[in-house]
Formats: sequence, C-alpha cells, structure tokens
Amino acid sequence: MSVTVRVPTQLRTLTGGAGEVTAEGTTVGEVLKALDAAHPGFGERLFDEDGGLRRFVNVFLADEDVRFLDGLATTVADGQTLSIVPAVAGG
Amino acid sequence: MDFVSGLRCRECARTYPAEALHVCDFCFGPLEVVYDYEALRGSVTRESIAAGPQTIWRYAPLLPVADPAPIDLGTGFTPLVRADRLAAELGLGELWVKNDTANPTGSFKDRVVSVALTKARQLGFKVAACASTGNLANSVAAHAARAGMVSVVFIPEDLETAKIVTTAVYGGHVVAVRGTYDDVNRLCAELTSEFPSWAFVNVNVRTYYAEGSKTLAFEVAEQLGWQAPDHVVVPIASGSQLTKINKGFNELYEVGLLDERPGVRVSGAQAAGCSPVATAFAEGSDAIRPVKPSTIAKSLAIGNPADGWYALQVVRETGGACAAVTDDEIVEGIRLLARTEGIFAETAGGVTIATLAKLAAQGVIRRDERVVAYVTGHGLKTIEALTATIGPTATIAPTMDAFTAAVDLGPELQSPR
Repeated sequence: MSVTVRVPTQLRTLTGGAGEVTAEGTTVGEVLKALDAAHPGFGERLFDEDGGLRRFVNVFLADEDVRFLDGLATTVADGQTLSIVPAVAGG
Repeated sequence: MDFVSGLRCRECARTYPAEALHVCDFCFGPLEVVYDYEALRGSVTRESIAAGPQTIWRYAPLLPVADPAPIDLGTGFTPLVRADRLAAELGLGELWVKNDTANPTGSFKDRVVSVALTKARQLGFKVAACASTGNLANSVAAHAARAGMVSVVFIPEDLETAKIVTTAVYGGHVVAVRGTYDDVNRLCAELTSEFPSWAFVNVNVRTYYAEGSKTLAFEVAEQLGWQAPDHVVVPIASGSQLTKINKGFNELYEVGLLDERPGVRVSGAQAAGCSPVATAFAEGSDAIRPVKPSTIAKSLAIGNPADGWYALQVVRETGGACAAVTDDEIVEGIRLLARTEGIFAETAGGVTIATLAKLAAQGVIRRDERVVAYVTGHGLKTIEALTATIGPTATIAPTMDAFTAAVDLGPELQSPR
C-alpha cells in the first residue's frame, strides 16, 4: 500500500524540506518504519525505547487519531493520508 | 528588558533560543520558558509590583515578554472574593473564589492572549490565530482588533451561540469546523506548518501564551497579603492552566516574593463527559487515554489534553486530587455559586464548584485549609446550560391578587401591612 505522509515543520529537515512524502506498508507502524528507512532519523524522533509512539507525537490516519484505531497496528489502505502532528497544541 | 534566558524542553532538556518555537525539534516535548531567577531576585519586589498597573502587566518581569505598551484590554487583577456563604454550605472554613469572569472578554483567556500576542507582535507576526472552544476565540478576536492585527479563529461548529457572536463581533475571521475541538486543534497544528507567518497563540506561540496563566497564582498570593493558599481547585481542559498556577506559586518563592516555600495542594476539576486526567488519577495510571468528549462544559471538552500528563503529575506531587462531575452536578454548581456568592460562572466554573463540593464532602479538601477555587469564565457565555432548568418564579397578570397568589416569602417577609 502506498500512503501519503504529511510531515510537520520539525521533521522536514529529514525530508529535504518536503511537507509530504509517500511511503509503503500495510500498517501504520510499517509505513513509519519505511519512512525511517527512506529518510533516516524518523525512527528515533517518533518512537520511544519500547517502540511505541513518543508521548508527544500524534499520528492521524485519514484525520482520525490512530490511538482511537489500532495504534501502530492499524491497517492502511492504498492512497490514504497519514499525518504526523506534534501533540503539544491547544487549550 | 525581559528576564528570559531561553527555552528548554520539558522532556529531554535540550535548550533553544526564545523564538517562535513550541515543541522540541528532537522529541516533540513541550518547551518551557526559562528565567534568570537570580537576576529577578534583585529586581522585582513587592513594592515594584504594587507600583505597577492594576493588570497582569504589574508582573511583567515574571512574564516572557517585555514591552512598554503591551496589547492589553485591562486584563487581570480580578476580584478574590471571600466566600463564607459557599463555605458554610460545603462545610469548609476559609474559602475564596478567584472571580476571573471579570476579565475584559469574560474569561481567564485574556491573560494568556495578552501575553501571547504581545510576544507575537514582537516576533513579527501579523496574523493572530487559534483553535478554540470559545473563550479563547473571544479573546484572540478582541485583542487582535485592539492591536490592528488580522485574526483567524477556528472553533467547533456546535459551540454556544453566545461564544460565536461574542467572537464574530470583533470583525475577524471565524471559521466553524465540522468536528470536535480535538479535530479543530489537529487542523490548526497542521496549518501551523503551512502558514509559518501566522501566530497560532496556542500552537506555535503556546510556550509564551501558557505563561500568562501564572498571573492567576501571582494575583491570589498578592491579594492574600503575599501568602500562598493551602489548596486550590482548578479546572482542567488542556491542563496548562493548572500546571502554570503551580509554577506561579513556586516562582514567587524562587524570586523572594514569598517568605516561605509554598505547599499548595493543587486539585483538578473535570466534567465526567470528558475526564481523561481524572480517570487516570482515579486509576492510579500514568497514561492519559484520549476520549471523545460529551459534556455541557464545552470549554473543557478537550479529549486529548496536551498538558494532561503534567497536570496529573502536579496533582499527585502536591497531594491534591482530581474529580469528575456530571452535567447535572455542573448546573447545580453554577446555581450554588450564584445563589451563595452572587457570581455567575460558565459551565467550566460549574465544574470547579461541583468538584470543590465533591472533594470537600470526601474530606480531601479540609476545613482547616485556606482554599481558593478558580472560576475562570462568565455565565452569560453558556446560558444554554440553564435555560431548560431555570426561569421566572412566576408569570402573572399585573395585579396585586395575582402577585400574592403566586409568590409567598413567608409571614416574616411578606405579611400584609
């Protein structure tokens, strides 16, 4: 599956400035690992020591927080958009 | 000059200059303003504060921006009211209500917005934006109007009518989003990356914005004669306000304005229909699980609170507690405060008062404590919460007979001449 990944300002140094890149995978976790393989550095920024998403990283699949879905195991469909968004906002 | 020495990530302690940054580039942790407390100790005194304006700007040295003419509508120094009648109802001793409904746009948000937009203007931003549950929208639109800035505020479409009208009147752009506040917030967080020249007060200038809430602690301490209370009750939406009130009391000691290290127990108030922090507290868990909110307390309806984890830490470390109250209890809280103290709070204030009542009944808040309840938004903003429950005592024909038939205050107060 090929999905579009939206990248926040803080991580665009890893994508040569691009705000959107594509990555392959069948789950959210696989897509993010593929992203790290293509643009080294994403992994250590997104995941904590246990391999989960860092506390202040939100990931949305088609605008839904993956924490309300199956987290990193959430399956993705071809052409969907995955957004990486800093959690520290609002209130 | 200001006393800011830089920004520091709360998670990994990396440091950054005091620019338009809000999260750590490395771990996405929130950035916190760091002050030069040693320099402050020599410069800020009770007298220098007393000589300042009757606004939040009397505490300018302890805020993250210095400006001789801040963007200000006259915010702060709101009444701290001794609430004996409410205390008697709840079986408490010395109880005070910080009546922050008295701010220019009717909520504490004027504190954070005045600070955020003053800093934003200094950083060169021309557009003031935000994601809001209503109170912030009011305040951003009003302050932007006063400063001659363009404003774009994003709100969930189902907000209370009053909060929409009292935002739109200032002439900025009001964008109603089909979704929850968390959807609006996510949209704004993404827009921040695409419109870097816009100051989203609670996104890319949030580090500065949040500091404005410290003034809620500064004022209470000053109004109590430079003493900290024993226990405060604070509503939790994102959790930022609660953590900053705690920071505020500690900073006063740090810079020598309080003689004794404050031991303020900080308790948090949430609505049962959106209680991710109170739930984690009750379960003894460290994980704040996001929720889909469903409550009349829309200004607290943040299902995924950015500072929830830090608020939980503050509550635990200070020996406070967290409680969640139902919509019925919220309405009763609003009415209780109104009938005992003459203060009309919005639904978030109802949450605070209902939580105060609950924690007092549980013995968590004690009769021997000096307690301050923060009431942070005006009741006229959320009148829909009450229109189904209250109204005229009677509707009568304009005659004496109709009146005496409808209203009876008892023999002592209503005996015929």
